[in-house]
Amino acid sequence: QEDDDAATSDAELETRERLTTRATKPVAMSAETERSSTESSAASGLDFEDTALTLTLRLPGDPDRKRGASSSSSCSLADRSSLLAEAPPAPKARVVGWPPVRSFRKNALENVAAGSTRAACAPAKFVKVAVDGAPYLRKVNLRDYAGYDQLLRALQGKFCSHFTIRKFANDEMKLVDAVNGTEYVPTYEDKDGDWMLVGDVPWKMFEEACQRVRLMKNSEAVNIAPRSAR
Amino acid sequence: MGRGGARDGAAAAPPWHSLPDEVLEHAFSFLPAAADRGAAAAVCHGWLGAERRSRRRLAVANCYAAAPRDAVDRFPSVRAAEVKGKPHFADFGLVPPAWGAEAAPWVAAAADGWPLLEELSFKRMVVTDECLEMIASSFRNFQVLRLVSCEGFSTAGLAAITEGCRNLRELDLQENYIEDCSSHWLSYFPESFTSLETLNFSCLEGEVNFAVLERLVSRCRNLKTLKLNNAIPLDKVASLLRKAPQLVELGTGKFSAEYHSDLFAKLEAAFAGCKSLRRLSGAWDAVPDYLPAFYCVCEGLTSLNLSYATVRGPELIKFISRCKNLQQLWVMDLIEDHGLAVVAGSCSKLQELRVFPSDPFGAGQVLLTERGLVDVSASCPMLESVLYFCGQMTNEALITIAKNRPNFTCFRLCILEPRTPDYVTRESLDAGFSAIVESCKGLRRLSVSGLLTDLVFKSIGANGNCLEMLSIAFAGNSDLGLHYILSGCKTLKKLEIRDCPFGNKPLLANAAKLETMRSLWMSSCSLTLGACRQLAEKMPRLTVEIMNDPGRTCPVESLPDDSPVETLYVYRTIAGPRSDTPDYVQIV
Repeated sequence: QEDDDAATSDAELETRERLTTRATKPVAMSAETERSSTESSAASGLDFEDTALTLTLRLPGDPDRKRGASSSSSCSLADRSSLLAEAPPAPKARVVGWPPVRSFRKNALENVAAGSTRAACAPAKFVKVAVDGAPYLRKVNLRDYAGYDQLLRALQGKFCSHFTIRKFANDEMKLVDAVNGTEYVPTYEDKDGDWMLVGDVPWKMFEEACQRVRLMKNSEAVNIAPRSAR
Repeated sequence: MGRGGARDGAAAAPPWHSLPDEVLEHAFSFLPAAADRGAAAAVCHGWLGAERRSRRRLAVANCYAAAPRDAVDRFPSVRAAEVKGKPHFADFGLVPPAWGAEAAPWVAAAADGWPLLEELSFKRMVVTDECLEMIASSFRNFQVLRLVSCEGFSTAGLAAITEGCRNLRELDLQENYIEDCSSHWLSYFPESFTSLETLNFSCLEGEVNFAVLERLVSRCRNLKTLKLNNAIPLDKVASLLRKAPQLVELGTGKFSAEYHSDLFAKLEAAFAGCKSLRRLSGAWDAVPDYLPAFYCVCEGLTSLNLSYATVRGPELIKFISRCKNLQQLWVMDLIEDHGLAVVAGSCSKLQELRVFPSDPFGAGQVLLTERGLVDVSASCPMLESVLYFCGQMTNEALITIAKNRPNFTCFRLCILEPRTPDYVTRESLDAGFSAIVESCKGLRRLSVSGLLTDLVFKSIGANGNCLEMLSIAFAGNSDLGLHYILSGCKTLKKLEIRDCPFGNKPLLANAAKLETMRSLWMSSCSLTLGACRQLAEKMPRLTVEIMNDPGRTCPVESLPDDSPVETLYVYRTIAGPRSDTPDYVQIV
């Protein structure tokens, strides 16, 4: 249970981070104009007191991001407040590619962390993972993960850390490409050959039934049976 | 050399410019470093010709700096080539997929022009199974394949290599993303094949046929390096070691198992037989109880890589403290300050230390602070290379470290939270990093972090006279910062910057500098399209690439000059603009 809560707030974090990354772009532009007068004096190479003062101006990637509720980015967050209502504000906002740890290493750490919670000696169950638009497939060992959150985070790590995980109130999960905003819906093929939405059944049941995973582009996923038909 | 046999002063020795090529080439063969060969080649046309025709090793640090065919034509005798592709920040997910850096054109050109090629090394490139098949079938004396941080191939491609390369000595796969096709690539080594010296498949995720591996290890008596993957359990490691006691380097793969005293005894006996073991690594979820099985090799170890090992506590520290001859230590921050204090006291020959974060996004429950680094720098006189991830730092600590170790050549400090100040004084860390660059006159590589103003860059620009690579993130407060770097740092080759308030002015003011560098990366800074256009126009021998939202459909030509540029990647090239850019990359 504890893990799930932490994972939920992680997912929230990622969502918030992605939103604030977008939000800080206009901030950067205004900071640019505010700084222009400093720049001209800077170019003449004078006055370090001036440059020291500029610390108080808002800069790209501002620490405001941390104080999510109070910063200018809260206007976009308000729209998604239902999303974020559950989790308490987290102490740190995550930034793409920071700290500078290789994706390979991050994956390995996740696998190790997952492995220590999983039952010993379970035979590996590798399933193929396809992402619409990616040139080649990956494989994951479902036994490495204790739940959907860990699986999604592993997928996030494998496909170059560009995905952020977005969760919705009705348990739906989506992976969003932070670079271009494309939404992917995680689906899987079960033993009957049907394509199902990931997340409906308990993890263990999913682990047994899943034959392969496909991250479907949101536009195509409308053909999957809606959740309401249960 | 070169002075002829004439004793008569009037019959002068043959002048330099008429020395036969064979003499020149022989002389050049004593210049191991590419830089020296490059310098010799610049002397005159004669030397240029002799040098390029006899060059055996070629390192292409940026695959787009030259066209593969040109490189092959220019250096026809190359036996060993190394090519690097994507920018360094690709390691951290800042470069989306399908960016480029395909190995295929290089393999094709090599297949045409270097039939005697023996060694090929690719780093951060896309290597396909077709590439591997072409390598296997094009070079009859192919011996060494090294792939680092590559992707795009599968075990089927590996099978082509193991089947086709009859003289293979080294197959070194480091941190690649390899698709597992379950094709038994290891089984394709013929039974008669015995030349293997290095086998590293630690990054492979799938199973390998252990019986095949065991037979391979048994018959390759020259095997010196064996790095296994996670699929090989502990008891199998023991039996492999018994077959290959001559190993110099071992990577154990997964090291977790419940403690069984008979398995412990097996391991201990197996390691006791490995008198030549010098380098040890592995992804140890190690049950600490097994560590004493390694004690017999500790004394001989020069390199220990526990950076994927989640083992912690007194057993870990006891283990490392027995490694008195350690030169290279990679660990997780689980070692904590008190562990590093022990390292400082035990490993007096330490040259390189890397401490990785066990929980990069965690709430800082690990007790690793600046103290650990201070202790090691104080007690390890040969320490020259550091990579250190931690949560806090002070100027005082950095100044102490700088005073202790003026011999640093590589100093990379990553304070996990961006813009963290000195936690005692709440000031910026300018003073600390300035002390580092002022004291370490031979510093070649530097990564800075924490709260930093433009002042630190003034210091770096002025004092970084040997600096070749500089990484900056979330630092500085105006264009001045970038200007200091670009106008100083005489030997700078690679500059990578992210999330800094650096704008167009210093870039344009120092445009000429960029041609003396290999590459510049700037992401999430304050650049606009107009400046990039100006830069590209001013400097035709640079390729100016910008990366923006792939969702943007309009071509870059139609965008106004003041459009923000999210990522700029500039590099010098003699090949002109590349033609394999994906949608989200535009060459200005």
